[in-house]
Parts: sequence; structure tokens; C-alpha cells
Amino acid sequence: MNLNITLLGQMITFALLVWFTMKLVWPPLMRAMAERQKNIADGLAQAERSRRELELAQKKAVDIIREAREDAAGVIAEAGKRAAKIVEEAKHQAHGEGERLLVAARADIELEVSRAREQLRGAIAQLAVEGATRVLEKEIDRAAHAKLLNDVVKQL
Amino acid sequence: MSTGHSGGSATDYIVHHLTNLTVGKGFWTLHLDTLIFSVVLGMVFFFVFRRAAVRATAGVPGGLQNFVEILVEFADRQVKDTFHGRSELIAPLALTIFCWVFLWNFMDLVPVDLLPLFAGWVGVPYLRVVPSTDMNATFGLSLTVLVLIIFYSFKIKGPIGYAREFLTHPFGPYLFPANLLLNIVELLAKPLSLSLRLFGNLYAGEMIFILIALLPWWIQPLLSWPWAVFHILIITLQAFIFMVLTIVYLSMAHEESH
Repeated sequence: MNLNITLLGQMITFALLVWFTMKLVWPPLMRAMAERQKNIADGLAQAERSRRELELAQKKAVDIIREAREDAAGVIAEAGKRAAKIVEEAKHQAHGEGERLLVAARADIELEVSRAREQLRGAIAQLAVEGATRVLEKEIDRAAHAKLLNDVVKQL
Repeated sequence: MSTGHSGGSATDYIVHHLTNLTVGKGFWTLHLDTLIFSVVLGMVFFFVFRRAAVRATAGVPGGLQNFVEILVEFADRQVKDTFHGRSELIAPLALTIFCWVFLWNFMDLVPVDLLPLFAGWVGVPYLRVVPSTDMNATFGLSLTVLVLIIFYSFKIKGPIGYAREFLTHPFGPYLFPANLLLNIVELLAKPLSLSLRLFGNLYAGEMIFILIALLPWWIQPLLSWPWAVFHILIITLQAFIFMVLTIVYLSMAHEESH
């Protein structure tokens, strides 16, 4: 054992070294490391948050697309229904119109027929009077026989 | 210089290697080589770490900062695993011990004759380059640790609590003389074992390097290379053991008697 005053020198050196380390080395390094740790943790949390947001947005997008598709399908179905209805209505209308035209035509024809009949009747009455006149060879008093003639006309 | 020794000259060679560069007489002797090397190595440690600490960034760390942070985190983890109180001193203390002791021990890997040879050229007669082969250095560390153990015991337990622990542990209050004796032995065994373990390992390691240096030159690399490789393990291990035991002793000083 040759312990001597060197021991004290070593102890002082050691104490100073520890003190320097404690005051000048340790705190800045620890601070930097803690800060980096925090940064990394924040970054990871942010990434996680973004991932979740993305997931949410994707889900929402899918929802919107589905909704839009449903709407479109509804619109198309509605449109089809409406078109069918319109066609139906048109058909109905056309049918009605045809009916009406037919009725009108028929009435016209009736009218025409009755008018023709009327004319024919007149012509026959004329013809009958003409014939009678010719047969009788003498003037007939129109005023006296008008009633008689009209009765004849009506019987035709 | 290392080859061709025989008989007395071999002894001289060994003794020369084990003699410190001194000033003063008796107790007031100073081992200049131990002091200078340990101070220089301490400054190497401090300035490297201080440089990294000044430039420390929370962003992407550079090479030096990475290296320093690995050591800092290593020391911090050792402290956190063992020591459950809060202390601003213990983790930096552990880091300092580990790095400083490692650097001391690392001087053992410098070829034994190299630095004494250079010293001889400038007229320095003796030079021991490994501070941990000087008991003054190892006891300097362990006695400082002892002072801290006593300081923290007083601080945490109070004078009365510490005295009670000294007198009533482990056999209860009626056997207080035996307790006192045991506790004193236990307390003193801590710095003694710390410093003698480090000293013994490094002294033996250095001695083997010196003995290898006495062999013929062609056999020296065959022996000193494996021993140096093995020694890399030993110097790291000894630094680690010193650090861990210091943490353990200080955490024991912080805890109430079990």
C-alpha cells in the first residue's frame, strides 16, 4: 500500500469531474433526448390521427357515393314511372281523341245523310208535283194544294 | 528494451514499470503520472461530452451525439433500473465513473513500453500510464463514493434514523455491539471491495503485459494480442462493475432499512 496525498488529488479531480458532468453535460443532453422523444411521440400520434381521419373520410366518401347511387336509382325509377305514365296518358288521350273524331265523323255523316235525304225528299216532291202537273195538264192552285203536297212530302 | 532481459535486469525492468513518477516524501508524495493521466483522461471525457452537449439537437443526431447519447442513455438506464428515488447526481455520477474508469483502463491497452519510452526521451525517469493500477486512483473513486453513501444516508434517514439502523440491524436492539461492528465492516467493505477489485484486475492485467514484454520478441504478439483482446472485455467489465455497484450502494443508502 502506498497511499498518499495523491488520493486527495484524485478525489478532488473526481468530484470536479462529476460536478461538471452534472451541471454542463447531463442537462443539455437529457433535454435534447427528451425533446426528440416528444417530437417522435407527437409525430406518431399525428400520423395515427391522420390515418384515422383518412379512414373516416374514406368511409364518408363511400357513404356519399352509395347515397348518390341510391338517389340516381330513385330518380331513374321515378323517371321511368313518369314516362310510363305519360305514355299511358298519351295513349288514353289519343284513344279519347279518336273516339271523339269518330263520333264527330259519324255525326257529320248522319247530318250529310239526313241532308241528302232532305234534298232527295224535296227533289221527289218537286218531281211528283211536276209529274202531277204534267198529268193533269192544267194549272193547280199551289196555295190550295200546298197542304196536300206537304202531306205527300212528309210521307216519302 | 523489452527483449533480452535476464535475471536481475528483468526484475529491474518490472520494478521500473511499477514505479510512479513522484514528487514529495512520505505521505505528502504526489504520483504525478497518475494525477496527470487521470486529469487528462477526465478532460478528454469531459470535453467530448461537453461538445456533444453544447451541440445537442432534438433533431437528427450526428455521429458524436449518437455515441454520447448511447452512453448517457446506458448510464441512465442502469440508474433507473436500480435506483428508485429521484436524484440529479447519481446518473451523471454513474456516467462519469463508467467513462473515466474505462479511459483509465484503456491506457492498459497502450503498449507497456511505448509511453515510458517517450517519457525517457524527454528525461522523465518513471511513468505509469494506467491510473487504475494505482491504488490512490481507485481509492480516490471509492472513498468519494463512501462519502456520498454516508451523505445520502444522513440526508434520507436523518442522523437518528441512520444511527438506529447502525445499532439495531440486523440482530435487533439487544445485540447492538455486534450490529455496530457488522455495519461498520459492511460500510467499509464497500469502498474497499470497489477499489481493490478494479485495482487488482488492472494491476494483474498490466503485470501480464509487462511479463509478456520480457519474452523474446517473436513470441510477444502471439501472447499479447490475445491478452489485449481479452483485456478489452475486462476493462469494459470493470468500468461497468464499478458503475453498477456505485449505483447499488447509493440506492441502498437511499432506502430505509430492510
